[in-house]
Amino acid sequence: MTQPNRIAWDGLQIDRRRALSFRFNGKTYQGYEGDTLASALLANGVHLVGRSFKYHRPRGILSAGVEEPNALVELGREGAHQPNLRATEIPLFDGLEARSQNCWPSLKWDLGAAVQLASPMLTAGFYYKTFMQPSWAWRHYEKVIRKAAGLGKAPTVRDEARYDKRHQYCDLLVVGAGPAGLMAATSAARRSARVILVDERRELGGMLLEESVHIAGQTAKQWVQQTLAELEALETVTVLPRTTVFGRYRHGKFGLVQHTEQGQVLHSVHARRAVMATGAIERPMVFSDNDRPGVMLAGAIRRYIRCYGVVPGRRAAIFTNNDSAYETARCLREAGAEVAAIVDLRERAPSVAGLDDVEILTQAEVVGVQGSQHVKAVEIEVGSKRRRIACDLLCVSGGWTPTIHLLAHGGKDTLAYDAAWGAFIPTCSEPVPGIHATGACNGAQSLVNILAQGIAAGEAAAEALGCEAATPVALPEVQHRGGELSPSAAPVCEVRGGRGKKFVDLQDDVTVRDLELALREGYRSIEHVKRYTTLGMGTDQGRTSNINGMRIVAERLGKRIDEVGTTTFRPPFTPVSLGALAGRESDRRLDVLRRSPIHDWHVRNGAVFMPSGLWLRPQYYRRPGHGETLTEAARKEAANVRDKVGIADVSTLGKIEVQGRDAAEFLNRLYINRCGNVGLHKARYGVMLREDGFVFDDGTVVKLADNRYLISTTTVNAGAVLSHMEFHQQMVWPELSVHIEPVTEQWAVVALAGPASREVLARLMPEEDVSNQALPFLGYREVCFQGVTTRLFRISFSGELAYEIAVPADHGLTLWEALLEAGEPFGIMPYGLEAMDYLRIEKGHLIIGTDIDGRVTPHDIGLGGMIRGDDDFIGRRSLQRPALTEEGRPRLVGFVSADGETPIPASAQLVAERWTGTPQDSLGRITSPGFSPVLDCPIALGLAEVEAEGGSLYAVSPLTGEQAEVTVTRPVFHDPKGERLRG
Amino acid sequence: MLRIPCPYCGERNYTEFTYGGDANQARPANPATVSDTEWEAFLYRRGNPAGEHIEYWQHSFGCRQWLKVVRDTVTHDIVSMGGHGMEGGEKA
Ligand SMILES: [Zn+2]
Repeated sequence: MTQPNRIAWDGLQIDRRRALSFRFNGKTYQGYEGDTLASALLANGVHLVGRSFKYHRPRGILSAGVEEPNALVELGREGAHQPNLRATEIPLFDGLEARSQNCWPSLKWDLGAAVQLASPMLTAGFYYKTFMQPSWAWRHYEKVIRKAAGLGKAPTVRDEARYDKRHQYCDLLVVGAGPAGLMAATSAARRSARVILVDERRELGGMLLEESVHIAGQTAKQWVQQTLAELEALETVTVLPRTTVFGRYRHGKFGLVQHTEQGQVLHSVHARRAVMATGAIERPMVFSDNDRPGVMLAGAIRRYIRCYGVVPGRRAAIFTNNDSAYETARCLREAGAEVAAIVDLRERAPSVAGLDDVEILTQAEVVGVQGSQHVKAVEIEVGSKRRRIACDLLCVSGGWTPTIHLLAHGGKDTLAYDAAWGAFIPTCSEPVPGIHATGACNGAQSLVNILAQGIAAGEAAAEALGCEAATPVALPEVQHRGGELSPSAAPVCEVRGGRGKKFVDLQDDVTVRDLELALREGYRSIEHVKRYTTLGMGTDQGRTSNINGMRIVAERLGKRIDEVGTTTFRPPFTPVSLGALAGRESDRRLDVLRRSPIHDWHVRNGAVFMPSGLWLRPQYYRRPGHGETLTEAARKEAANVRDKVGIADVSTLGKIEVQGRDAAEFLNRLYINRCGNVGLHKARYGVMLREDGFVFDDGTVVKLADNRYLISTTTVNAGAVLSHMEFHQQMVWPELSVHIEPVTEQWAVVALAGPASREVLARLMPEEDVSNQALPFLGYREVCFQGVTTRLFRISFSGELAYEIAVPADHGLTLWEALLEAGEPFGIMPYGLEAMDYLRIEKGHLIIGTDIDGRVTPHDIGLGGMIRGDDDFIGRRSLQRPALTEEGRPRLVGFVSADGETPIPASAQLVAERWTGTPQDSLGRITSPGFSPVLDCPIALGLAEVEAEGGSLYAVSPLTGEQAEVTVTRPVFHDPKGERLRG
Repeated sequence: MLRIPCPYCGERNYTEFTYGGDANQARPANPATVSDTEWEAFLYRRGNPAGEHIEYWQHSFGCRQWLKVVRDTVTHDIVSMGGHGMEGGEKA
């Protein structure tokens, strides 16, 4: 396969020995290692790469870099593709597959292009005006608009790319590895600063790669390689190619995305100082049909020729308002292309060596472009005369815009308009404290100045960082072949004549007419004009269009461009994929996953898990071959605890040890019931409030020894309770001598519950006396089980005779299996959270987060009687607040399904009458619906404003349509006197 | 963005810390003697200054020390910091 536009050239970035095959829009082409997709397409003579956003006009490649507004493609297999990637930035690889966007049925025959016929309708503010009335119709319009508008299609399958994140810290971040950035990095690195040097391109060197220049007696490419070699040899320097700094944030933080072969890495860089060496981006000219494929930026042509050996045309015309485009003429001729004419807007053309025989037309304009899918000729006007010049490439240059985005993230007061550039440049070389601007982005024009500024910025940064002195970098000698040409531009970017559309913003299809219309309709602020016309609002953020747009608006308003001002600069500089922001934090890696020490046993034995905070806990056990549902399994597990004996893994409950001389006093101030006063080797159920008087957490407090307590917390509240205790110990009562240590992970804990639990325990530990006298209800003993320290607690959540047995975490599985073995003759079964829920609802035990939702006081839930003594505790004063003591607050009650069958819906509201859809006042809500194995009917706990037991209410869930008539009862359904758990 | 200089661990990323709210209100030494209005002020009344604000942060993923931090709510600059003994609102 031939690449008709490829030529032999010295010093290319491509490797001609490594041919690569790729597909674009279903056709196979060849390129070389080192190509971008754009350079490879141009090498194959492919100019037409997409359709425009609004009018579906044919579009070609405009630029050679990040500023590209047109050549957005889908990369990868359809469905698994990435949309909206700039062809100018996609490194070519073998087997690459890409497609155009915004075209149907094909790129060449796009039906959407018919909208051009209706284009008088599609002016600025079109959507606002057309689709606002009548408002109900929007949902119909939207479907059509969504299909016709928008950039690219979202992928339909999982993204297989790899994403990761890094946090980095450095002394100096240098953004841009062109001449200024390389010099700044070298200067600072020689003074031992830790430097990160980034550049968005794969090949470093910036503008040097497109210029014909010798530095320090070497070619630009050799000089770049030698400079990079010095930097890369230093351990203190990190060079990141293909990395875009997309945002600058406060305190020296920068967001970077690095593209690698496998995926992307998001770097959060904290830099003590930074050097902006971001260069400048060329602007196009605004004229009739300036969007035709084959109209390209003049500087981009130099890059395609000098980096890739690609000459995008045989016979070129050049249209410019500045000298720099004359270098493109020289470059094209060296590459063997013909330069038909240079059309210069200005009165005088520069005298440029080597272009003596090229026709140069001054005070001339391009007023039209012929050829709808590719440039065939340009129409020019010189004075009042029109001429047609046949060509297949039109190189345009409307001047250069320093890339000041990162400097302006955080405020535009760092910028001032500069007439020579026709654009905004930084106000000084350190426009933001700690951020140096250098090189072209700082307004430096000649290469010598750019290099000198780079050295100065590196030295200034190193000085400010307090780096030791070193031999300064010498300013290298620069030799331009044929003389250096200035980017200073005439303050004109627009041709008034011509019949076609004049595009200002190619990506958003914003024309001169749209801007004029916005001004006619009264928009004056550039921010409003931008929003109304969508100027500069595409994924390219108007890199090639903003300055031209502002200039046209300023002219029409009779103002200076600096009076009109710029729009606000915001991160990101280039679009950042959601994958990069998410990194590895997706799916199961979204958060930490915690497993109990007995987890693997649960997995092997059919446990179905449910999350509880960060933990996974067994909800129920699906016994092999039984095919039970959740309800069937849970009822069976719960009934087995009531009738026989069961075990549950409660290792996830929070455990905190509190030690020290003042531990008892500390606990007395945290719990409503003076838990510090619990007797030695005794457990006490305790309730903690928040300072506002509402219940915060509950659990047991056990006195292990003098001045040593173990408290338990709800699983999900373990972290919050620890933090709460630390806060009060460190900031409120620092005079108390207390040490707090979380020990949750150190212990595996098993609840053993049921009438047969004592016999099981006796069988498990034959040498221990576990009689009711030796280990009474709320008793504690430290024992030795299989040679390890074991904590034995007589506490019950299920309401049955029950124990909790704690062993060091590594021994959890041993304990679990030993309990199953010891309990085998008694019919022991494990039970999960669902059965635990049935059991505790029957018993009227509450759960933090469901029944206790941060709005209930101890009195509301019948625990007011627990409050002990007169001394202060956290939350006590708040309980006296009028609203917390008033009559009629919802209180905890129980409910039984009136017909004994209908399930009580979850999260139901309680109302007085049967629900028919007519609104009624809510009298409260169901907090815990369940099923009582003892009563064999649905029961529930709830908070309601009810006077007496025995009344009838309706528990209604209007969302699901479920309702149940319920009878109000006491919130205890089983063993109200607690004889079973004390027995 | 925010880098918080923990007196124990040195300057660390703010993601290691947990915000604990306004630190201007000290808990009354004897809540029982405080009026409802004063107690309500302690519980709920908060300033919302554009500028220096003293607030609690805990170095949760570090030494677990609770700190009083004076932060500029406009610039996010950490103006000063200290432990329990630091006076509310004053520079340490
Ligand atoms: Zn710390």
